[in-house]
Amino acid sequence: MDFKLKVWRQKNAKAKGHFEEYEVKNISPDSSFLEMLDILNEQLIHEGMDPVAVEKGCQSSGPVSFDHDCREGICGACSLYINGRAHGPDDEVTTCQLHMRKFKDGETITIEPWRSKGFPVIKDLVVDRQAFDKILQAGGFVSVGTGGVPDGNAILISHETAEESMDGAACIGCGACVATCKNGSAMLFVAARVSSLALLPQGKIEAAKRAKAMVAKMDELGFGSCTNTRACEMECPKHVTVSHIARLNREFLSAKFKD
Amino acid sequence: MAEKLISKIPEGPLSEKWTKHKAQLKVVNPGNKRKLEIIVIGTGLGGASAAASPGELGYNVRVFCISDSPRRAHSIAAQGGINAAKNYQNDNDSVYRLFYETIKGGDYRSREANVYRLAEVSGNIIDQCVAQGVPFAREYGGLLANRSFGGAQVSRTFYARGQTGQQLLLGAYAALNRQIAEGTVKSYPRHEMLDIVLINGEAKGIIARNLVTGEIERFGAHAVVLASGGYGNTYFLSTNAMNSNGSAAWQCYKKGAFFANPCFAQIHPTCIPVHGDQQSKLTLMSESLRNDGRIWVPKKKEDVMKLRRHEIKPTDIPEEDRDYYLERRYPAFGNLVPRDVASRAAKERCDAGFGVNETGLAVFLDFSSAIARLGEDKIRERYGNLFQMYEKITATNPYKEPMMIYPAIHYTMGGLWVDYNLQTTIPGLYAIGEANFSDHGGNRLGASALMQGLADGYFILPYTIGDYLATQFKNPKTDVNAPEFEAAEKAVREKISRLMSIKGKHTVDELHKKLGHIMWEYVGMARNEEGLKKAIGLIQDLRKEFWSDVYVAGNTDTFNQELEKALRLSDFLEIGELMARDALNRKESCGGHFREEMQTEDGETKRDDKNFMYVAAWEYKGADKEPELHKEPLEYENIKIATRNYKD
Repeated sequence: MDFKLKVWRQKNAKAKGHFEEYEVKNISPDSSFLEMLDILNEQLIHEGMDPVAVEKGCQSSGPVSFDHDCREGICGACSLYINGRAHGPDDEVTTCQLHMRKFKDGETITIEPWRSKGFPVIKDLVVDRQAFDKILQAGGFVSVGTGGVPDGNAILISHETAEESMDGAACIGCGACVATCKNGSAMLFVAARVSSLALLPQGKIEAAKRAKAMVAKMDELGFGSCTNTRACEMECPKHVTVSHIARLNREFLSAKFKD
Repeated sequence: MAEKLISKIPEGPLSEKWTKHKAQLKVVNPGNKRKLEIIVIGTGLGGASAAASPGELGYNVRVFCISDSPRRAHSIAAQGGINAAKNYQNDNDSVYRLFYETIKGGDYRSREANVYRLAEVSGNIIDQCVAQGVPFAREYGGLLANRSFGGAQVSRTFYARGQTGQQLLLGAYAALNRQIAEGTVKSYPRHEMLDIVLINGEAKGIIARNLVTGEIERFGAHAVVLASGGYGNTYFLSTNAMNSNGSAAWQCYKKGAFFANPCFAQIHPTCIPVHGDQQSKLTLMSESLRNDGRIWVPKKKEDVMKLRRHEIKPTDIPEEDRDYYLERRYPAFGNLVPRDVASRAAKERCDAGFGVNETGLAVFLDFSSAIARLGEDKIRERYGNLFQMYEKITATNPYKEPMMIYPAIHYTMGGLWVDYNLQTTIPGLYAIGEANFSDHGGNRLGASALMQGLADGYFILPYTIGDYLATQFKNPKTDVNAPEFEAAEKAVREKISRLMSIKGKHTVDELHKKLGHIMWEYVGMARNEEGLKKAIGLIQDLRKEFWSDVYVAGNTDTFNQELEKALRLSDFLEIGELMARDALNRKESCGGHFREEMQTEDGETKRDDKNFMYVAAWEYKGADKEPELHKEPLEYENIKIATRNYKD
């Protein structure tokens, strides 16, 4: 398969970015989207190697930088905005699980980084998501140290509760929800953690405090507010739903009530 | 130098060793802990827990990872579960049984005392994770659920759907975040350790590259903990994450830490096959599928050719023309033979020309008889998420057509040599999790990697490191302006500028793929003397080609993924050679290491306990010099040595 690519190029956080157009040929329909980008990069590196071509004005910006790691949809590193959709045209997959057979031969594919105030661009398609770490540091944990804890079976949790908690815990922290939200809100990400822990007896004790601290940190870091468009849940590769936001709101209100 | 291999295994009965040892370990008082600094490299299960726990104790910890967040370490990708000897099922599980099955699964090449301790603390891990809010699967009565795994006779595997590694890592990462918020731990994401710094022969800091700015930075400490994972990506294609690498451990080796059993690499039989030369990595399909799937290839070559040309479908091949080769060769265990046996059998069929896809490197994993017996719904309930993942990747519906699978490199049992305290041969340098060698011998059992990472980080290292740090609290903070830091930084800068200045004709990936082919061909599932000698020569040639003809795009003072890859490949090109050397030396077959010269008449592994019941620990002797082999004899006082048998 052959494709035309429009790829966002940006030298660093301060530089002004722009689109560059490339062509890739003979891509196997079985290749993943990131393997297609690997091939593009090999091509761009070879172009950059050729001093004659560079002298003749070959405007190579070198290989395209993009975040990726596990390539099996669980680490949350990959983060591309493809043809206007976070993680591209397939549902419930991350970019690394998207395959080229989902595109038409000869199609033009536009590739951009996550665009959000909370996630400044580092280079090309790579963004800085440390804000997510900071939100979790504000309270996304149960305050227990190592050792001195009760036996695992001393805490009974119903099958249904454990499953519901797991639904929120499945969040991979990729940031698709933020990139998709017109307000750049991190509500779904925050809610997934708050709700997952609030459901369990271990997490319930600090639930209200946790909700308040994490929401405050989210606001402080420049993420927008939630206006219930539900776009985030549509694009979440792990099918985290807005029902978690409802639970976050309950905990948040309960914290406010106590104030 | 042999005196360096002191394993420090405590005296006394097996079940009392750890308790007695703990009582003898020195402890540092709380006031002095505040004066001491620890560096942790890596944030997987081992690293995150080994940073959080000492942080809670009051030490000052700096933790480094190459990803944009500690949560992305490759432990996140573990699917199946974590073992623990809780005996919650009342099926007569015990610390001893878990210990015994781990030693046996490792084909009698791991250390008794370490493995026993691992089994002993396994129960604490589950308690700890539950307290952190890890949503383990539960029974309807609210108790923790268990499932069975390979190599075990009891049901002791705890799990959170097919995402156990993710949930355990999020637990450890949360503990880490809590300490970061408290200020005891400082986190350095997107930082890569490029060298270890020794002062008076002891580990006192690191040189790291800030992967965003390209700056080379110095960090000092009183001790360094390596939790940087394994070196499976030497093979280019593996189930490891793209950025997983062996470089941090390798710099320690080059500074004097011995590297143990490098040839022990695990090949997992059920991975989605290579689709062509555009492939970048391999995806694992859980071992549990072999409970209901039957593995086969056609009996007739003409059917194979038709399959490859897509002229027929696998379902067109009649039952009598199918070769269920595992059931044929291993009637007692059938499709449930251990990982190494299943992998070798698939290779044997594909080498004989019966591989079923275009590349000739795939076999079928067929669920049709299970679906006929149990119905599609039952199979969906058991394996739905795996079937969905398979369909996303291959665009084939495994309910209608058999899956195609092939073995792939998955885990490395070898790693830095450590003593009972998890300290390497460099004082002050510790190695935990997959980065060390100690617990899995020649073959790791499923659901035991997660157990080891967390055992080391939560319950072993925080105690043993105190024994060393108790001798350090009088020492002032390490001075990063010391000449040793100066020299290490200079060497790192020189290596980088040498790489950038080559400006050759080959990309980093092109050369890495070449290395992968050599490794897979000669240091893969089956090895022999001639091939291993050839591999050593080929790797040396490739290394020369790399250093004279690689092209590293971009600049040093920016975010540059090509430079990151080039630095890692420069080390893989050396690690690969040591793996081949170790495999050449170990003239026996055991676990994942299969020497063709050493097999039984039916093609099974043949150990040589008389000559090889030892840990091979290699000492670096300088560039292009042969490393020196040291042997740590393995003594089994509590276990009767036996041969594994899966036929009857």
